Amino acid sequence: MAFIPEPISRFFHRTASPPHFYALANRLIPWLSVLLVLGLAYGLYGGLYLAPADYQQGDSYRIIYIHVPAAWMSLFVYVVMAIMGGIALIWRMKLAEVMLISSAPIGAGFTFIALVTGSLWGKPMWGAWWVWDARLTSELILLFLYLGIISLYGAIEDKRSASRAVSILALVGVVNIPIIHYSVEWWNTLHQGATVSKLDKPSIHISMLIPLLTMAVAFKLYYAVAVLQAAKLELIKREPSAQWVKNLLETSA
Amino acid sequence: MTVQEFFAMGGYAFYVWTSYGITAVVLIVNLLLPVMQRKQWLRRIALKLKRTAP
Repeated sequence: MAFIPEPISRFFHRTASPPHFYALANRLIPWLSVLLVLGLAYGLYGGLYLAPADYQQGDSYRIIYIHVPAAWMSLFVYVVMAIMGGIALIWRMKLAEVMLISSAPIGAGFTFIALVTGSLWGKPMWGAWWVWDARLTSELILLFLYLGIISLYGAIEDKRSASRAVSILALVGVVNIPIIHYSVEWWNTLHQGATVSKLDKPSIHISMLIPLLTMAVAFKLYYAVAVLQAAKLELIKREPSAQWVKNLLETSA
Repeated sequence: MTVQEFFAMGGYAFYVWTSYGITAVVLIVNLLLPVMQRKQWLRRIALKLKRTAP
């Protein structure tokens, strides 16, 4: 890290040291949790109650308030993991390794939710639980990438080598992300195109858009809380006999 | 809107509520599992320290 100014690299080393990060997570989790509950409450109220029914799909479209945020998060978490993988490979930063593997089950969860809710939305609207089209297939591959990362990490005994292996896998798998995003444009597909991220003007009414964006923020907050909780566990699992873990027991006892 | 109408979801109750239910289960499990496992680990470490303590 020769080309990074001393104070900045010192800041990163301090923050990234397990006891500091553990304390930081403990300070952040309550605030993030409060925001998460507020966001979730308003998003669910707005989406399930305030927003009008769709003129074509009736109330079935309300699945959008979890389906779309979960699908966005399935991509977002993967990109975070790939960035952590890059940092872990270049700088051998332990915290990046911890964040990568702590994110994997959460990302897998989001991907699973996107697939299942999509299926439950597809059945009444398309008449099929599943079709092998580009969007659905690439999202299913994403789920397998997450599961592959989790099982590869579990299979290698030494967690530093395991982290190197999953970092490489996470970086290689990132090619799937633009494929998922552009799948609805590149191929003819049953899945509808982008409605929110269109550059000119989103083709969704504001009364439906506000709860959707609120749910998207709530899912981001959920990820933040969940990944911090998972990282706290992973830090302890990696060095159970470290002095800072002993200190932790003394202060909590 | 009555309470019954709300839960009926215009005839799509099964699809809508199953989606929300599965989502809730997955999110709650992913959040609580690491918390419970951490407590287990800390208990185990505390026990080990007590045994090896002079």
